[in-house]
Amino acid sequence: MTVTKTISTFHGGLKLKGNKQLSTGTAITAAAVVSQYIIPLQQHIGAISESLVSIGEHVLKGQMIAKPGSTISAAVHAPVSGTITAIDRQPVPHVSGLPDYCITIDNDFKDKWVKTQPLAEDYNNHTSRDLRQLLRDAGIVGLGGATFPSDIKETEMDTHTLILNGVECEPYITCDDMLMRERAQQVLAGADIIGHIIKAHECIVAIENNKPEAIKAMQAVIDADGTGFFRLQVIPTLYPSGGEKQLIKIITGKEVPSGHFPGELDVLCHNVATAYAIYQAIYEARPLISRIMTVTGHGIQQPQNIEVLIGTPMKDCIEQCGGYINDNCELIMGGPMMGLTLQSDHLPVIKATNCLLIRPCTEAADTKTHLPCIRCGKCVEVCPVRLLPQQLYWYTSCKNMERVKNHHLFDCIECGCCAYVCPSDIPLVQYYRFAKTEIRHKQQQRIASDTARQHHEAHQQRLERQKQEREQRLRKKREMLAARNKNTDSNNKEAITDAIARAKAKKAEREQAATKQPVKQ
Amino acid sequence: MLTVIITLGVVAVIFGLILGYSAIRFKVEGDPVVDQIDAILPQTQCGQCTYPGCRGYAEAIAKGEADINQCPPGGETTIIALAKLLDVEVKPLNGEHGEEKLYPTVVQIDEQSCIGCTLCIQACPVDAIIGAAKQMHTVVETVCTGCNLCIPPCPVDCIHIIEVKPTVRNWVAAFPAEPFIAPHAQ
Repeated sequence: MTVTKTISTFHGGLKLKGNKQLSTGTAITAAAVVSQYIIPLQQHIGAISESLVSIGEHVLKGQMIAKPGSTISAAVHAPVSGTITAIDRQPVPHVSGLPDYCITIDNDFKDKWVKTQPLAEDYNNHTSRDLRQLLRDAGIVGLGGATFPSDIKETEMDTHTLILNGVECEPYITCDDMLMRERAQQVLAGADIIGHIIKAHECIVAIENNKPEAIKAMQAVIDADGTGFFRLQVIPTLYPSGGEKQLIKIITGKEVPSGHFPGELDVLCHNVATAYAIYQAIYEARPLISRIMTVTGHGIQQPQNIEVLIGTPMKDCIEQCGGYINDNCELIMGGPMMGLTLQSDHLPVIKATNCLLIRPCTEAADTKTHLPCIRCGKCVEVCPVRLLPQQLYWYTSCKNMERVKNHHLFDCIECGCCAYVCPSDIPLVQYYRFAKTEIRHKQQQRIASDTARQHHEAHQQRLERQKQEREQRLRKKREMLAARNKNTDSNNKEAITDAIARAKAKKAEREQAATKQPVKQ
Repeated sequence: MLTVIITLGVVAVIFGLILGYSAIRFKVEGDPVVDQIDAILPQTQCGQCTYPGCRGYAEAIAKGEADINQCPPGGETTIIALAKLLDVEVKPLNGEHGEEKLYPTVVQIDEQSCIGCTLCIQACPVDAIIGAAKQMHTVVETVCTGCNLCIPPCPVDCIHIIEVKPTVRNWVAAFPAEPFIAPHAQ
């Protein structure tokens, strides 16, 4: 099928310089194998995974080393065979810069896989429930950036439309582009599996028109497929078209309401990299232990895409790409718009690491101080969620969290458009991030204090109950004693009278005897 | 004239009945002001306010017996919230009751030294310590409110205060630097 349907657009957005040609010159290469891998236990949205291994244990490649910590959570697998040397807090790539729990594996370089049998084509005979469990056991999460556990996302049954997101709207990043160019067959096989799980009727592959080679490759596979299940939709290049809700708006013309899920519009959105990971899980029995990552920017010698094992230190990836051009470079995980600046490259690559962007420091804007807001309204024009960024900014800066929440702060996707156009260089996203984490923290505190109140009330009730029980016990004991005393009292009286009677009788006997036998003088 | 009196009298009786019925039907259980105050208090249950538990303090505030600045764990935030709720002036924390904590804390039992006397278990207002006579005790960190009431009764001083450090799951992003205002604009 070819592009026929007309498409919609979302509010705002930006036309950005792509800089994508930097890293598309060479084919995807495998990252070098290193001697030590550090695998964080929280690489996804939801609860932290629970470790299944202990220090000193030998693990095989692909072995599950941590299981999902709750319903919304993901499993973690060993990227290599080797020995567990530590389970502790290590620096991780997180906005907070705080350390988190990680499992460290020393590679034994034997590359010994755990024994598993791939399902391959047989998946068609399996139920959605079984396949979802399989994805859960393979630790699959959304690789577009949000890392939401895929098995949870696919509980939307009988969803009509599956949208395969190959938009990749952020500048510099090309990992999905390269994946579609080189492995289109596998990506669409993965989409077929998702389609089978959610019982989709059609799959729309959305790609931005700045990726002609990926479009060609995908179109060729779709034409060869011939089932009519897939349809390629080329969309104009506009940031952030790759956002889930934005893409749904473009494709279907419908807006996902605030606080609702795409499933309610009979649509489900998956990233192409996620589809590829699902393909690997089903056809190769390979859990999510590697991903394709772009190493790019004007600060790196040889920008390219590498297929890297989760847990590889970023430093090694950068060295493989020729290293920094000079010492004065900035390292960003993700793209220039939504990525997070890292303080060090001694951090592991995680499931969410789609790109390492290295920029010479002059390229980056100085965000130390900013000018006051002049209420120009440019941020309102570009906001793809149709929020009021300047109102959010004002309320956040005076810490009026109630109003910020009422202005739908939590619908903000942190795309960075508002901060990009701001003439005063206000780091707006930082303000929103502060407000979001602050509100979340307050909620956690509220929950903790409610729990403490319940515990204290239960404690007081228990004390009261114990006191009453003790009193009751004492009262019973007193009554029992009183009853016994009463009995003994009457017994005593009888005994005394008896004794008196006996004594009297004896006395009388003695007196009688005395009268019969006169005393000898 | 008479009709007016009768009409108004009847209306008065009807409204009286409605009000009387509503007073019974929609009777408010408990004291809502106490509940509102209690919701603001941090629920540490430490007793530093001299009342037994946060509920007791809330009741005392509602009766006007206690001032709003007697809660060191709640600190300034709680005082401001209470002042707003009760429409009174904000005051600084009364130093007699203690200092405001700069960071959240919990306690930890040095399990090597614990002799299993159960005195700390009896002192804990939220049942955060588990253990039995002559058995090692331990603190459930997620339940501990950091009230430190278990520390004085411990005969072997094996309970220590530890700081609760933020993690990636409960961190708060730093507030961005304030805008730069040029001298001539001020």
